[in-house]
Amino acid sequence: MSTIEAKAGSPKRRLGDLVFANLTRAAGLTILLALAGVAVFLTIEGIPAFTAGPEDLKGASSFVVYVWPLLFGTLLAAALALAIAVPLAIGVALTVSHYAPRRIATLIGYLIDLLAAVPSVVYGLWGGLFLGPKLVPLYEWLADHLSFIPFFAGPASTTGRTILTASIVLAIMVLPIVTAISREIFAQTPRLNEEAALALGATRWEMIRLSVFPYARSGIVSAAMLGLGRALGETMAVAMVLSASGVVTFNLISSTNPSTIAANIALTFADATGIQVNALIASGLVLFVITFVVNFAARWIVSRSEVSV
Amino acid sequence: MTTLMDKPSDALDHVSLKHARLPRWAPVLVLVIAFAASGLLALLLGWGPVAIVVVALLIYLVVLPTWSRVVENRRSAVDRFVTALVWVALGLAFVPLVSLLWTVIREGAPVLDAKFFTWSMRNIVGEKGGIYHAIIGTLLITACAAVISVPIGLLTAIYLVEYGAKSRMASSIRFLVDVMTGIPSIVAGLFAYALFVVFFGPGVHMGLGGGVALSLLMIPIVVRSSEEMLKLVPTDLREAAYALGVPKWKTIVKVVLPTALAGIITGVTLAIARVIGETAPLLIIAGSTDSTNFNLFKDQMMTLPVFIYYSYTQPGNHPEIARPMAWGAALVLILIVLVLNLLARVLGKIFAPKTGH
Amino acid sequence: MAKSIDISDLNIYYGDFLAVEGVSLSIPARSVTAFIGPSGCGKSTFLRSLNRMHEVIPGARVEGKVVVDGQSLYDPSVDPVEVRRMIGMVFQRPNPFPTMSIYENVLAGLRLNNKRLGRAEADAVVEKSLRSANLWEEVKDRLGKPGMGLSGGQQQRLCIARAIAVEPQVLLMDEPCSALDPISTSAIEDLIHELKTEYTIVIVTHNMQQAARVSEDTAFFNIAGANKPGKLIEMNPTKKIFSVPDEPATEAYISGRFG
Repeated sequence: MSTIEAKAGSPKRRLGDLVFANLTRAAGLTILLALAGVAVFLTIEGIPAFTAGPEDLKGASSFVVYVWPLLFGTLLAAALALAIAVPLAIGVALTVSHYAPRRIATLIGYLIDLLAAVPSVVYGLWGGLFLGPKLVPLYEWLADHLSFIPFFAGPASTTGRTILTASIVLAIMVLPIVTAISREIFAQTPRLNEEAALALGATRWEMIRLSVFPYARSGIVSAAMLGLGRALGETMAVAMVLSASGVVTFNLISSTNPSTIAANIALTFADATGIQVNALIASGLVLFVITFVVNFAARWIVSRSEVSV
Repeated sequence: MTTLMDKPSDALDHVSLKHARLPRWAPVLVLVIAFAASGLLALLLGWGPVAIVVVALLIYLVVLPTWSRVVENRRSAVDRFVTALVWVALGLAFVPLVSLLWTVIREGAPVLDAKFFTWSMRNIVGEKGGIYHAIIGTLLITACAAVISVPIGLLTAIYLVEYGAKSRMASSIRFLVDVMTGIPSIVAGLFAYALFVVFFGPGVHMGLGGGVALSLLMIPIVVRSSEEMLKLVPTDLREAAYALGVPKWKTIVKVVLPTALAGIITGVTLAIARVIGETAPLLIIAGSTDSTNFNLFKDQMMTLPVFIYYSYTQPGNHPEIARPMAWGAALVLILIVLVLNLLARVLGKIFAPKTGH
Repeated sequence: MAKSIDISDLNIYYGDFLAVEGVSLSIPARSVTAFIGPSGCGKSTFLRSLNRMHEVIPGARVEGKVVVDGQSLYDPSVDPVEVRRMIGMVFQRPNPFPTMSIYENVLAGLRLNNKRLGRAEADAVVEKSLRSANLWEEVKDRLGKPGMGLSGGQQQRLCIARAIAVEPQVLLMDEPCSALDPISTSAIEDLIHELKTEYTIVIVTHNMQQAARVSEDTAFFNIAGANKPGKLIEMNPTKKIFSVPDEPATEAYISGRFG
């Protein structure tokens, strides 16, 4: 490759060019190495946990038994968060791209950026001290009237620090990223397709259904998956909102809640010793692999749709 | 002008363009009524402001389409319902934002005074202290992260745009950088810990580790934003420099980078704003302390997010003192992030090349 | 079923910018009317104001009257959705819905209104529309295939089929052949000849030969300079416009002295 460049450019490669080109390439390689390093170092430090016995794993008979309830909580919280956030995000994105006048749309864009700018620890603080207690009456009502649904079996938490509250906070936190990507994709709908629908006498909603959604389908899926990746890995909001006891349950409003991998690490790392640290790092590796796969898939869908469009 | 008017067609053929339509102000009227009704219910049942807004929006969502269905037709009703739904989604999305900002300001503002910014928590028990040590730690660790991330990120971006272009390695870096933006922050913290344990042994805590962890989160943001900015530099500019016999690396340093400088600075500032509020990695590797620590290479270092976290989770015997301090620190943190965001916009304007759009 | 259109004193704005000023003309029913003029003269903008597609662009608005069948299109009580149903449109570039089959594309407009369309009924509409658009023979064996798979000229005829499936009164065509090769163009022009027995057709074209070939009447628009509004210079039977136009500006344009 360098010989071809040399022919095209100057007859002999200058030293400055050679150094600079390799410097930039080295920087790129550093990033690849860092990513590989994450996997390698987490594995090295995590390995002792895979062979550890019950005495080191808080009574769990093996690492799988130790990590399973955490994984369950992680998936449950992330799924709930997405169920709340994706419809809202699509609504907000549509408002910006197709409903609001341009000035208001710009303003909404700023507000969404603001929502994304709030640090997660502040969301955690707000969720634990403000939102949780405010939701207690709702949880009591749900437990009284809808307890036949397993999700709302109750008894209602008196502090509001439930997995549902945590999921609501998570939903607010993933909303900006899902909104930003959906908005981008909605706005890219070819004008010709929109006008084709309008010229046939479609209402605005029918136009969106006919031309915007079919065009944006894969984009929405990948936006949701990027949101999922964020929700799976988000730590502080869950650690600070949830009063976790590490159980496996679908009861969303009681005071015994499943914990998540990330929150469990944050809550117990400072006091962990010996093999417990390895177990926490190993659980981090599990989280890394899951989020990596989710993000990988999401980005892959995005890059593929760019090619086909 | 000719008027080759055809005789009007027979009446059977007449299609009416009009149907009964709701007046222009109908949505506003319904919104006002919805809020009035919800407010009335709130008075009777003693709800808070959030409940009023939510219930009002739900009433709006039902009443307007129903009215439209009665007066207009099904399609209009569906269209109005979706329009209402979309705006209600927007409203619902901003309820938490408003509530959060309001709560943080209300709870945090009273705490802010000179002592709060100039004292640490060293030897302070049972009275209000300050967050000086946390601010110092946050600034040092974030600066450390920026020092690591900006050169690597910028050079990588240069590689991607100027050298790699469409090569296999460039496209895999580009892709993996995208994937990297999704690494959970706690995993970055664990990585830094696992890395440092290898060199310093178990139980390691130091500010540098925090910097490394944050840079793992910051590099992809810097790469992506710088890459976008470099791509915006017109090819003509590069070719003009080449035509003058300027070597490629000098063209990049003297022509391309200055042209893209505004965007790059904006991107870096936004990246700093993004990581300055990170908590989880610092909890693991930077630890927490009551004293001010200026040394990135030794001992635990307090940071604002970690301070907020511990003031909330471990308020000790005096939660009535620790809690307000947590809110105060949260307010300070949000202000720092906002200032950085504003700064990014201002810097972008200042350094923007005067040509172009 | 075709209707005539009467336009009086129409001003068209983009925000504060006056794009077209003071146009009054009558478009006869069951006939082809062509709009010609240099680019930027507002002929496409004017066309889009005839089915209220103009206002889809943010900030765009219209003053004046457009009357079809005794109804003023810009009356506050008129629903733009109904207007666009009655006045169909074909665009510069073919724009079939990319995710739909040929069959579904033709039915797209009808499905919006009448969800309960029986299979036989739908088949009949599709065949009738595609036959009217001279496309049936070419696609009848692959109705389930995506509309995007057709050639450009076929796609444009599919769009015409889609527009006439809802049985509009008027068909607006905005430079329908500008993206097509000569053979496809000729197919569309033949189609326009056949359609005018049933529809009022208004066609914007940058191609004067095309205007001369397909239209009964021609309106010439011109623009005095950059940032000036476009105006109607004259409207006359096409034969007259191309032989003895009333206005010197028209003659200058026709004879190729500018534009």
